[in-house]
Amino acid sequence: MSGTTPAQTTVLVEQKERPRPARAPKRRVHLPRKVLAWQLVLYAVLILLALVYITPFLVQVATGFKTNADATADPLSLIPNPFTVAAYERLFGSSDFPVWFMNSAIVTIFVTAGRVFFASLAGYALARLTFRGRGLIFAALIAVMAVPTVVLLIPKFLVINQLGIYDSYAGMILPLLVDAAGVFIMKNFFDSIPPSVEEQARIDGAGTFRVFWSVVLPMARPALITIVILSFQGSWNELSHFIVSTQSPALTTLTKGVASLASGQLSQGNEYPIKLAAAAIMTIPVAVMFFIFQRRIMNSSEGAVKE
Amino acid sequence: MTALATAPDAARQGGPRRAGSSGKGIRRGEAAAGWLFTLPVLVILGVFLLVPVLMALWVSFSDWTGRGSPLSPSVGFVGLDNYAEITTGGGLAERDFGTALRNNAWYVLLVVPLQTALSLFLALLVNRAVLRGRGFFRTAFYFPSVTSSVAITVLWLFLFSASGAVNEVLSWVGINGPNWFNEPSGVLHNILGAFGVTSGPAALTGNSFLGLSWWDWLAGPSVAMSAFMLMAVFTTSGTFMLLFLAGLQNIGGDVEEAAMMDGANAWQRFWRVTLPQLKPALFTVLTLGLIGCWQVFDQIYTGTQGGPGKTTVTPAYLSYESAFLSQEWGRGAAIAFVLFVIIVFFTILQRWVLRDRPVSRRRARQYEVHSTPRRKEAAR
Repeated sequence: MSGTTPAQTTVLVEQKERPRPARAPKRRVHLPRKVLAWQLVLYAVLILLALVYITPFLVQVATGFKTNADATADPLSLIPNPFTVAAYERLFGSSDFPVWFMNSAIVTIFVTAGRVFFASLAGYALARLTFRGRGLIFAALIAVMAVPTVVLLIPKFLVINQLGIYDSYAGMILPLLVDAAGVFIMKNFFDSIPPSVEEQARIDGAGTFRVFWSVVLPMARPALITIVILSFQGSWNELSHFIVSTQSPALTTLTKGVASLASGQLSQGNEYPIKLAAAAIMTIPVAVMFFIFQRRIMNSSEGAVKE
Repeated sequence: MTALATAPDAARQGGPRRAGSSGKGIRRGEAAAGWLFTLPVLVILGVFLLVPVLMALWVSFSDWTGRGSPLSPSVGFVGLDNYAEITTGGGLAERDFGTALRNNAWYVLLVVPLQTALSLFLALLVNRAVLRGRGFFRTAFYFPSVTSSVAITVLWLFLFSASGAVNEVLSWVGINGPNWFNEPSGVLHNILGAFGVTSGPAALTGNSFLGLSWWDWLAGPSVAMSAFMLMAVFTTSGTFMLLFLAGLQNIGGDVEEAAMMDGANAWQRFWRVTLPQLKPALFTVLTLGLIGCWQVFDQIYTGTQGGPGKTTVTPAYLSYESAFLSQEWGRGAAIAFVLFVIIVFFTILQRWVLRDRPVSRRRARQYEVHSTPRRKEAAR
């Protein structure tokens, strides 16, 4: 019973409100009481859910500024008492944290640049260039995407080891440099650009690479941004590949370092402020990226492919 | 597919030539360029994906111990021994593999439906045109998805610690929360225990599969694993919400309006109109969810490393542990390939379940009634 009442009122809401934005936005006041109540329930549910999603991160940031004792005694409070930056001082002053951060940054920059370049090259070729074997390459890429990454842990180590690039930047970066999904995003985008654009340049005598580099690529900005976001996020957050491709402390990335921080001291409990401070810092770059490109990420379905 | 893709290109290729450009045509060297452009991708994927998989397949049939090259002549071929050891060996290896499968099966069974339902619910809530602060809510729900699994796990270890935030919230309503990540007992066993059932019937305890008694298989996820499951739902619901949102935005409003005119209430419209049109999105979400859930690794590596009592060991982690920590490379590779087969099996199964069935006659007639007059109108 109670299930049908709100349902019917939603019908009302939608019927009444649809034409409104065009004319009189202020008539909300005259909504029937039932509708209003339903709206309130909706917002209450949304706000409650949003709190559940946001609170953990607020607790994370707050705990980074707490003392060990305060973090244990009052885990939920958002106001550190007393306020201290000891955790951050220890992270940056007397731990390998800066090295981890630098390694993550190096890997992320190279991987992102490589993925953007190679994915757009291959995507362009698959979308626009006619050559024998194109269908085969396409099919192979689809097959490759289906291989689950976790299955590749041991295989990757074997090959990296055989090639003699174990425990080096090459071993960390090279295998991540290409990503089949990125090729597909680029291919889809290039498919949507009218061919007449390039034909003009071709008639003017531009070679294939020239057409690609100076005509088509600049038009692909939305798709490129999508790939930048995905690769940045992917390589910054990557863990398993670094576990199997490196061992020396000098090559530890943030993910691997913070993981060792967490598991190494789990048995002793505690030390939460420093762990959470580390986790918070490693979240900052992706969070910044996220808020800069928020609109594009949120509309990724429309943004990259259409336009 | 090849024929479809090349046909229009061939036509295009003919075009400019006929237009009379000098000798070779302006599309000369295109084949070379095509290969050159795709070469980096092919080489890297070949070297770091195809070759490794073949090598690992070999290792799974060998007795390689991690010393020297797995391809050296001193490494012996042992056939299916590694596979036999984990499936019928009767020893610890089999029991561990069974435990890992049990843990992950429960994880999949509960996380996949939960994350799908929650993300669909969030998408429906947030998709409403009249909603104020849509952007804010979308951001809030999506944000956990962009953060790294390591950072989230560290946070989760804190939130779910014995005196952590979750237990503090539970204490408000009088619940004495467990020491989440140190609690190996199974949730279903605990529920049965609350009714006084502490040991299973002989039929369940007496028979076993992969070294675990049926009673143990039915223990449910451990309390520690439940915390990981909540984490999975928390971090993935945002991504999947976006996929559903994209699906919802592709649905034209007219079908919904038609249903509304026919007097369908919101509940009926959701089940009969919206959900069937969301099938592609639903398929994507379920597939990605299944694939992801069978690959749980980062969280376990960062958090509990399989403990307590091996109740958070997953096949992916077990494969890593066997190879890299115990130096049982053949066994580790074998586990990885079994896992691969499981994932492929479930993906195919799901594709089959959600396939487009031929429309029944009765249904078809319904559509005809609606569509025929419209077509006539268009013809006029």
